[in-house]
Amino acid sequence: MDLKEKLVTSFLALENRVNVDSPIHDIRSEAMKVFENLGFPSKKDEAWKYTALNTILKHDYSVFPKQENAIEYKNVKKYFIHDIDTYNIVFIDGKYSSHLSQTTHDGIDVCLMSAALNKPKYRLVIENYFNKVASKESITSLNTAFAQEGAYIHIPKNKVVEKPIQVLYFSTGSEEALIHQPRSLVVVDENSHVQIIERHQSLTDNPVLTNSVTEIFANKRAIVDYYKVQNDNQNASLIDNTFINQKRESHVSVHTFSFGGKLIRNNLNFYQNGERIDSTLKGITIIGEKQHVDHNTLVHHIEPNCESHQDYKGIFGDRSTGVFNGKVLVNKEAQKTNAFQANNNILLDDKASINTKPQLEIFADDVKCSHGCTIGQLDESAMFYLKSRGIPQKEAKALLMYAFANNVLESVKIPEMKQRINKIIAHKLGVNIGFDL
Amino acid sequence: MLKINDLRASVEDKGILKGINLEVKAGEVHAIMGPNGSGKSTLAAVVAGKEEYEVTGGNILLEGQDIEELAPEERAHKGVFLSFQYPVEIPGVSVTNFMKTAINESRKAKGLNDMPANEMLKLIREKAELLEIDRKFLSRSLNQGFSGGEKKRNEIFQMAMLEPKLAILDETDSGLDIDALRIVANGVNKLKSNDNAVIVITHYQRLLDYIVPDFVHVLYDGKIVKSGGKELAHELEEKGYDWIKEEVNA
Repeated sequence: MDLKEKLVTSFLALENRVNVDSPIHDIRSEAMKVFENLGFPSKKDEAWKYTALNTILKHDYSVFPKQENAIEYKNVKKYFIHDIDTYNIVFIDGKYSSHLSQTTHDGIDVCLMSAALNKPKYRLVIENYFNKVASKESITSLNTAFAQEGAYIHIPKNKVVEKPIQVLYFSTGSEEALIHQPRSLVVVDENSHVQIIERHQSLTDNPVLTNSVTEIFANKRAIVDYYKVQNDNQNASLIDNTFINQKRESHVSVHTFSFGGKLIRNNLNFYQNGERIDSTLKGITIIGEKQHVDHNTLVHHIEPNCESHQDYKGIFGDRSTGVFNGKVLVNKEAQKTNAFQANNNILLDDKASINTKPQLEIFADDVKCSHGCTIGQLDESAMFYLKSRGIPQKEAKALLMYAFANNVLESVKIPEMKQRINKIIAHKLGVNIGFDL
Repeated sequence: MLKINDLRASVEDKGILKGINLEVKAGEVHAIMGPNGSGKSTLAAVVAGKEEYEVTGGNILLEGQDIEELAPEERAHKGVFLSFQYPVEIPGVSVTNFMKTAINESRKAKGLNDMPANEMLKLIREKAELLEIDRKFLSRSLNQGFSGGEKKRNEIFQMAMLEPKLAILDETDSGLDIDALRIVANGVNKLKSNDNAVIVITHYQRLLDYIVPDFVHVLYDGKIVKSGGKELAHELEEKGYDWIKEEVNA
């Protein structure tokens, strides 16, 4: 049975377990029809031209894990930003882990999607926001069909949430292969501010496929800073779908740090529904071996006087492959738009490759839009400079790569987060150079 | 200290150094002058080990050891320092962290442990003072947004930190105003001792008023065509290089 058939059958099993007589289930059934109809995307689809899913779809994934698994905090502590106080929403093999989590209902809701989907007190928020910005294409629809669990974060107006919120998904490897479909909703009301860190982490080498969907609503003057840490094991793959709806004067930034995993596809979509909105999309990708990372971004400028800033840096070694496909769409009404996009890449080996494609569709006539992509090697004269100071090849290379990616880190607002990313980079580059990168 | 015998080097099959002979003893200052394109910067880069140049003949002995097979970092560990004409910008790495890395890598190569943090700080402070460098400057990203003068001063600061046996200053005077020139020259003079040597590469005699050479060499078309004392620099300043070209071509 191929994965699609298996998912169709699993959906029938799901229908035996959940309340099918609910508006949520109507949305699920509708989404399942879309997926049944379209199936998984293939290289024939323009948006998937450089990312082939067939190698990761061939495993016999379990859709619902057979048992609940527990893990001890000390064994996974290193995956948390643990040197500061945070809220934590933690899942183990898709199931909520209360003993690793720290949720709250004190003035804000930092809790579970399963609760929000089922309890009457969340009904209004779910009605207003759930599945309202997520796309209706096949892979997102597949997630919608199985939407049950994930993070639910609702910040009412005028709240500055002091502690960052960490959302962590662990896979224990108790199943030979496992497909996860977490579904999260973040609603940030007027004048509120929240910082969120998301990470998917597999604890063994058993294959894992995560198809994650997160919807984020930033209402008037809200500020949302979202960090995605992608440093998973070599058999873990991730299709990460994020949809962001911004209202006027809101600021949303998403930083994506892609250092590990077998295949990563980031679908990151911003919709600017209001004036004077600011959207920031930044990423650092450092991969090697036969890893693959694909950043597929969309910024839709719908109204006037808004800005978007995209800055993605990629370093590709061995036979790794990268894709950057950045689409900026400026509506006719969206005058005075400032949209910037940069994608800079370094190829360390002859067999590494990157496909980069800026895609600008501009229908307004008074806008500032720029894009630039570069593909290069490490600068030989810079290498010579460092080596002439006594710094060996490997360390010199690491310093230059770090310098290359550095400006993406400048906008990271949580110092401990920045430190953590620096450490992962140093580890990734295999260096210990006398100071923390 | 340094002995260069009939050194020939080329880049992409184009001969640039065509038989250089030069001996620099400990305690000496040598100036190398010459018109543009004569091979001055190439000579500096070849001694420091830049890989894109191919040495096609002759040898370079540092304290009697042939260094041709050594990588640039290994030459640095043996005490060779090159002050760059165009220092490279390294965003996100502060001057202090860069120096820590450079010093500790050199120590590692010599089988020593990292320099203790307080000792490092003391050394940095002492050498920064020597070059009249502000403490704030040390936490800035290496060379990023530095003025021409700041870059050169920072090069000499690195030299002060690394205490090389042989320092080659490649057009350290270009882009410097008179005050910066004085500070840089003063730094070099204070670092000079009977145990180290300096090669100053310059177009102009101006720097040599401050760093007084024991010998002046004129490099032209890949060869040293004339050597003399410091008065040769004055003669060149006055008469230019044409008379030397004529002599050579005659």
